Amino acid sequence: MKREDFPILKNDLIYFDNGATTLKPQVVVDSMIDYYTNYTANAHRGDYDNSLKVDMKYEEVRTKVKNFIHAKSEREIIFTSGATDSLNRIVFGYMKTHLKQGDEVLITKAEHASNVLPWLELEKEIGIVVRYIPLENHLVTMENVEKSITEKVKVISLAHVTNVLGDIRPIAEIGKLCQEKNILLVVDGAQSVPHRKVDVEELEIDFLAFSAHKMLGPTGVGVLYGKENLLEEMKPLEFGGGMNASFASSGEVEYKSLPSRLEAGTPPIAEVIGMGAAIDYLEEIGMDQIHRYEIELKKYFLEKAKEVDKLVIYNPDIESGLIAFNIDGVFSQDTAVYLNHYHICVRAGNHCAKILKEDLFVKNTCRISFYFYNTKEEIDQLITVLKNAKDLFQIVLS
Amino acid sequence: MDPALKRQILLEHYQNPSHHGLVENRDYIKINTNNESCIDNLDIMYKIEDGKIADIRFDGEACAISTSATSIMIDTFLGKTLEEASEILENYENMLNEKEYDEKLLGDLKLYCDISKQPNRKKCAYLPFESFKKVLESQRRNG
Repeated sequence: MKREDFPILKNDLIYFDNGATTLKPQVVVDSMIDYYTNYTANAHRGDYDNSLKVDMKYEEVRTKVKNFIHAKSEREIIFTSGATDSLNRIVFGYMKTHLKQGDEVLITKAEHASNVLPWLELEKEIGIVVRYIPLENHLVTMENVEKSITEKVKVISLAHVTNVLGDIRPIAEIGKLCQEKNILLVVDGAQSVPHRKVDVEELEIDFLAFSAHKMLGPTGVGVLYGKENLLEEMKPLEFGGGMNASFASSGEVEYKSLPSRLEAGTPPIAEVIGMGAAIDYLEEIGMDQIHRYEIELKKYFLEKAKEVDKLVIYNPDIESGLIAFNIDGVFSQDTAVYLNHYHICVRAGNHCAKILKEDLFVKNTCRISFYFYNTKEEIDQLITVLKNAKDLFQIVLS
Repeated sequence: MDPALKRQILLEHYQNPSHHGLVENRDYIKINTNNESCIDNLDIMYKIEDGKIADIRFDGEACAISTSATSIMIDTFLGKTLEEASEILENYENMLNEKEYDEKLLGDLKLYCDISKQPNRKKCAYLPFESFKKVLESQRRNG
């Protein structure tokens, strides 16, 4: 990895908001420009060279994704517009026809909005019951998962890594338990797939959702992984070109097989190709290496943070590249505005996990989320700025 | 105005805001105002008597700009008729949107005259006024 691969870093910028989206290396941008400049054509259509090339490139990415998350077959990989889209398809394309009134779905209060709101809508629509696994000091424990399971629980749907505190859920153990109890396990991988090795087979995941833009790729594309037998029964939420095999005015319709059946319309071709370039880039560095380095950055930050007065850190013990903090007595947004003055990007707010505040007793935090291109020197600069925070209101109010 | 003095006034309003704390009283109209950034969250309650703003109280969590603007808005509005206050509102909006405005009407609200240079903070400075707009609407509806 070279920082030079990221043109934006040539600017005077310290980017610590990787939980929101990541920066893009030039190779990702180039791969998309190449498609738009040199071989634009639709996928799965014409019999000419460029169209064939697009087909190959597009389907190559499916294989890359399959290998990246260790799925069994390309038929288990559906391209979507992002993790939110993937989760909505799981809920409304599969669960809506496979769950019935009174069936229970377990989530937690620390989930992102896109793993809460679709379930709450389905609750209104068909009368499933959404229940919350109690958090133990903000964390999911096996004990509480086991205690929450009743005869009626049909689905457990959890973020692998949460976007507020960065805690890692024991997905492998939960996966095993779900297999034994015949419960479906849905995993929101938006914050885990970009940062660590995620193996759907090893973790016994039934459905996985993630977005390309949080892992060096472009916006507007993501992945829905589902076990083949489950996706076979998933109802498309969109109907149109590319997904039908034949139809007639009599109303007789035949849809294509997986994965095309679940990808109606012209897909985001350039974005899929960009995602493929991003996966290549990540695999060259190695996911384990990325994970280790982010933990190292956090340890370094925590050590340095001891030098700063009034810094409250909410998740020091959680091993990931994410830090939730406040300057004591300062509203999180004011801290973010202050850091922005020094071109340091952090996120302030409740991070789309609006019900977590019921448990955390802190409504808003500042969030630092590292990626592998961040450095200890950047952390040093952040610490210096935080040490000088007595000037904070001078800057915020000017 | 001297920037240091300006900051001093704003900081004073942020750290010791006017009329902070809600009251249990049905004579007040209570409005929760959420910034679209989904982070500032203030409850502001208004007591309107004979077409005049008799009292305003507020509570909640918000940034320094929103909180100080709320405090200054309250100081400016108290005792004014709804017509006078809505004229102030209109001029304040014009100031934030870099249109012509009558600065004599605005008092300390003028301190936010440079906020239009920071588009991401404009919403914060406008936050309390959104609630006042809702009060005006409800008064109009109730005749």
